[in-house]
Amino acid sequence: MMNDMPQEAVQEQTRRIGDVVLDLQNISLSFGGVKALTNISFDVREHEIRSIIGPNGAGKSSMLNVINGVYHPQEGRILFRGEERRKMEPHVAAAQGIARTFQNIALFKGMSVLDNIMTGRNLKMKCGLLAHAMFWGPAQKEEIEHRKKVEEVIDFLEIQSIRKTPVGRLPYGLQKRVELGRALAAEPSLLLLDEPMAGMNVEEKQDMCRFILDVNDQFGTTIVLIEHDMGVVMDISDRVVVLDYGKKIGDGAPDEVKNNPEVIAAYLGTSH
Amino acid sequence: MLYREAGQFKASYIEDQQIFPIRQDKIGFIAILAFFSLVVPMIASEYWLQAILIPVLIFSLAAIGLNILTGYAGQLSLGSAAFMAVGAFGAYNFMLRIDGMPFIAALILGGLCAALVGIAFGLPSLRIKGFYLAVATLAAQFFIVWALVKFPWFSNNSTSGVISAQKVEILGFAFDTPVSKYLLTLAVVAVFALLAKNLVRTTTGRSWMAVRDMDVAAEVIGIRPMRAKLSAFAVSSFYCGVAGALYAYTYLGTVEPEGFSLDLSFRILFMIIIGGVASIMGSFLGAAFIVLLPIFLNVAMHALFAGTMPAGLASNLELIIFGGLIIFFLIVEPHGLARLWQIGKEKLRLWPFPH
Ligand SMILES: Nc1ncnc2c1ncn2[C@@H]1O[C@H](COP(=O)(O)OP(=O)(O)OP(=O)(O)O)[C@@H](O)[C@H]1O
Ligand SMILES: [Mg+2]
Repeated sequence: MMNDMPQEAVQEQTRRIGDVVLDLQNISLSFGGVKALTNISFDVREHEIRSIIGPNGAGKSSMLNVINGVYHPQEGRILFRGEERRKMEPHVAAAQGIARTFQNIALFKGMSVLDNIMTGRNLKMKCGLLAHAMFWGPAQKEEIEHRKKVEEVIDFLEIQSIRKTPVGRLPYGLQKRVELGRALAAEPSLLLLDEPMAGMNVEEKQDMCRFILDVNDQFGTTIVLIEHDMGVVMDISDRVVVLDYGKKIGDGAPDEVKNNPEVIAAYLGTSH
Repeated sequence: MLYREAGQFKASYIEDQQIFPIRQDKIGFIAILAFFSLVVPMIASEYWLQAILIPVLIFSLAAIGLNILTGYAGQLSLGSAAFMAVGAFGAYNFMLRIDGMPFIAALILGGLCAALVGIAFGLPSLRIKGFYLAVATLAAQFFIVWALVKFPWFSNNSTSGVISAQKVEILGFAFDTPVSKYLLTLAVVAVFALLAKNLVRTTTGRSWMAVRDMDVAAEVIGIRPMRAKLSAFAVSSFYCGVAGALYAYTYLGTVEPEGFSLDLSFRILFMIIIGGVASIMGSFLGAAFIVLLPIFLNVAMHALFAGTMPAGLASNLELIIFGGLIIFFLIVEPHGLARLWQIGKEKLRLWPFPH
């Protein structure tokens, strides 16, 4: 991502949907007696935008937490790029190129926008503690190099004017954008977005949609998206998974899913 | 000269990432350093050097240590004094047992001993947080002091663990006068403060703050909470350890384990609360404040009541004022004096046009 390849070439190469990168097989997850996910299987293909929808409490966020190793399912197999993952910690998932944003903003409150996004580069920075303390030679070079990458993310998300602002002082919509920036800074190959547009006004939603599509388009990033706004989901997704009470009730192209009677029933049965 | 950044544009990220991006700040910093290293030795009395400036510098270093752990990495600790003790007794034993041990090396080795002990007592932080962790560090505080008294080897078999610091000599130069001790302390503290500043503004510091602010998100971005927390414990204890060694060698000369009591740990904690949590400069401000306050109060009492004041009242009053200030800072300005300074600067930047 963010390389100097001419844009057209990138687009042509990336928008084509590729092979399965993430394959979830018979995943079951429970907390004590609460079954959050029951026997769920679906896959995610390279470069696609794969949405997960469902009523509140359906298990969508739990699904993302399973994918990047925050939760460990009791049953089922997860294959990432063809390799089966045993119990995996989140930082290992990060090292494999999986980044995410959270439903409830999880920025580092005491740090500036710039520093928050810089943490996204953490895995790519190799200097050790002593080099940092001295801050000359390689450590300084590394810091500058990664600062450049971070500035590219800042330009991409159009947040130049707030780079030195402590994130706590930003309005909600911008915080969501900074959180996306932190995830993008890691140059992920798989990006998990948990309700990136929740609580936004129409304009902010449009901006966010544009960023998501651009990320997918320009960098070829595979995206798993949780979103409640059906208009948005049907618009930008390649395929949609529908969960209800921890069970999968639908899976397919937006149109298929929209007309699936079970899905309609689930949505009519709730307050949506 | 007005305090402005107008006309100072950052053409490169290097310039933008300096410790003092604003020129006036840099000049101010150099001026302060020059004042304390060149002017102060000429004008300060022995009392000022020995009873005020040296301890302020040493406590600043310890406060930086605690600030790294508590302010930056968010792990509350009540064991700072014990880690100082490890540094002091560590350095003492290296000086004692190894012939021709250079003082600076002993200082650093003492700090490294403290770092190791710090890592050991930091292990509970992988499991527990906040109040419970504070209790675990409290255990470190009591255990270390107890062990230093209990095992006479640490103090070369002296009664109740008292040690007398050996003479300090570097490259044949004896640091035996207040001025030379002060300059040595200043040099060590200045260098380590700079290193700390570098640490907290690069990846190491960012991963500490990330773990402090939101540990799940930190882990998801690839930061290992374990590594971040233990490195914070190590670096923090190292700083406390070096401060402890200086405490023995350039300040008191003779120390005993009981001198590094919980009381001292609390004083260092108050320094960072009043000076400013997660601020290197705040560590200096807090240390200066806490060392100077009792002296100032004492002088003020004498001037006001000239001997009519019952003994003991002054020290009680000191405690009351202390308590009041701590509560004030916790409630009104949790970022302490450093934040007040920052606000002052922001005002100055706009002065005389408030908008
Ligand atoms: N850490 C946890 N401990 C206990 N129960 C949990 C935990 N995380 C999720 N659950 C439970 O799992 C179920 C699914 O929750 P989840 O957050 O995945 O739903 P969701 O589809 O994301 O809902 P929403 O639209 O409200 O975000 C819920 O019943 C929830 O209470
Ligand atoms: Mg959710």
